[in-house]
Amino acid sequence: MKIAVCIKQVPDSEARLRIAGDGKWIDEEDVQFVINESDGYALEEALTLAEETEGEVVVFSLGPDRVREALRKALALGAARAVHLSDSAFAGGDSLATGRALAKAIAGEEVDLVLTGSQSDDAGFGSTGSVIAGYLGWPHAWLVMGVDVDPTGSRAKVTREMEAGLNEIFELALPAVLAIQAGLNKPRYASLKGIMQAKRKEIAQVTPSDLGLSPEEVGAMGSGLEVLSVAFPEVSEAAQIIEGEPAEAARVLVEKLQKEARVL
Amino acid sequence: MSNTVWIVLQQRDGQLHKMSWEAIRAGQKLASLIGGRPEAVLLGSGVQDAAQQVSECDLDAVWVADDAKLADYSPGTYIGVLQVAASQASPGYLVFPHTYQTVDYAPRLAQELKGALVPEATAVELDGGVVVWRRPILSGKLEARVQAKGDGPVVVSVQSAAFPADEVEKGSAPIQPLAVDMSAITADRKILGVEEAAADQVDLSQSEYIVAVGRGIGDADKLGAVQELASALGAELGASRPVIDSGWLPRERQIGSSGQTVSPKLYVATGISGAIQHLVGMKGSQVIVAINKDRGAPIFNVAHYGIVGDLHEVVPALTEAIKEAKEG
Repeated sequence: MKIAVCIKQVPDSEARLRIAGDGKWIDEEDVQFVINESDGYALEEALTLAEETEGEVVVFSLGPDRVREALRKALALGAARAVHLSDSAFAGGDSLATGRALAKAIAGEEVDLVLTGSQSDDAGFGSTGSVIAGYLGWPHAWLVMGVDVDPTGSRAKVTREMEAGLNEIFELALPAVLAIQAGLNKPRYASLKGIMQAKRKEIAQVTPSDLGLSPEEVGAMGSGLEVLSVAFPEVSEAAQIIEGEPAEAARVLVEKLQKEARVL
Repeated sequence: MSNTVWIVLQQRDGQLHKMSWEAIRAGQKLASLIGGRPEAVLLGSGVQDAAQQVSECDLDAVWVADDAKLADYSPGTYIGVLQVAASQASPGYLVFPHTYQTVDYAPRLAQELKGALVPEATAVELDGGVVVWRRPILSGKLEARVQAKGDGPVVVSVQSAAFPADEVEKGSAPIQPLAVDMSAITADRKILGVEEAAADQVDLSQSEYIVAVGRGIGDADKLGAVQELASALGAELGASRPVIDSGWLPRERQIGSSGQTVSPKLYVATGISGAIQHLVGMKGSQVIVAINKDRGAPIFNVAHYGIVGDLHEVVPALTEAIKEAKEG
């Protein structure tokens, strides 16, 4: 089967964040970007399904030039081709605008299945996958923890995470969009051979007009949400922070747990 | 766009999800800000008792779609009913609790209604006559102030614990059937069953002492020091989601919205930044100690005691201090 995977590049979870001059996003200079965590699991799931069915994976990403590094990595892991939605008009989109562009790009590929991560670790809309499904008119599921494709390729058995440690299992018709939850598989590492092969694989660049979209339909202009400002949240002063070298701080903490909190 | 606020509730087997009450509070607050009125909407099968409970809130109506086709949740049926109903009544806002179920379908409803989507709102205010929402970004490290654009309805999901259920204003609301032709509504999923996510269950909810470990541990081979701290305390070992997803500890030790909810006497969080999904599972602990290198980490907002430092140094020191105190 032919599977599309959408990946996003997000700041590394260890990155030190500074707010940009316009106060509306972070200053991206000196920030290391990585493939969004759940997107990595989506890519692994797609590569496995493609291997089992002698199919192929086409990987999509929307973003500035730096996302080519993420696409190159996906190619090294085994994706056959990559599509980079590359244009300044795409920037600043919410999930409705980004999903519209990705759906248009995917529609040209005749895929059997689309996998995305469940939520980006930066904007965190948690909805790009389901919105892509909406534009394509396909079923979708969010927080997918298992995918079992029917041998005919017409249906899939899906395990979806619910709250309180439960999973729900259901069937849906393909093609569909499944937003993958982190943790359902073990993402592979790129081999040297894969890295070498990736250098010869195609990364196609597409703009809004290639997709038949006007600049008003994508990015910040095509979005239903406008960011007014971002800020570090207020940190509560309620916690007693115990200062000092580790050994001294630990000793003081234990004393407080015994005498003040009375839990030891 | 009208200033009617719809609050779309969540229930399972006729029992309201506890965050439904928080959504009611959020909807009431929003309605009072914009000079509108809140109405509740409840979908399901056999939900009359739940509707009765909700009718004791200060709302203009409780709209109910009670149909066998809505016994199981599916995006197809829920979006189908709400799209038809909202197109007829055209509420200006649809407020949802931000749950694993609503995030599955509310975005696509916003899309179908040609509206805007505000996921995971934690606060709402009026700023110069404009409704401004706050929502966490970058895993809660930053907070964004956002505003919806366009003429369509605004679909909002409100984060857990942001709008307290005990502030819901009481009143009396008429229960009315939602006029939707159910014959045109079809499910897009065939439900096969429900299973436990973890193979073996370890019940952490009864533990008096829990030492939990997060992404800050860095690698599985560093877990030994945290295990020693747990042994010294006589504590069970728990973890936040990234540690479980990386396969460093089994899923039955996961604490948080998709794992277990715990309330021990003492909870020691090591290398856990405190994403909301983790906090909802442990903030009821009697005493919380946080060890993290980042003073700005949200875990310090719920902690009673904190040490800001490298957990690889602080955890062994704490183990030693506990052993000494117990021997002394």
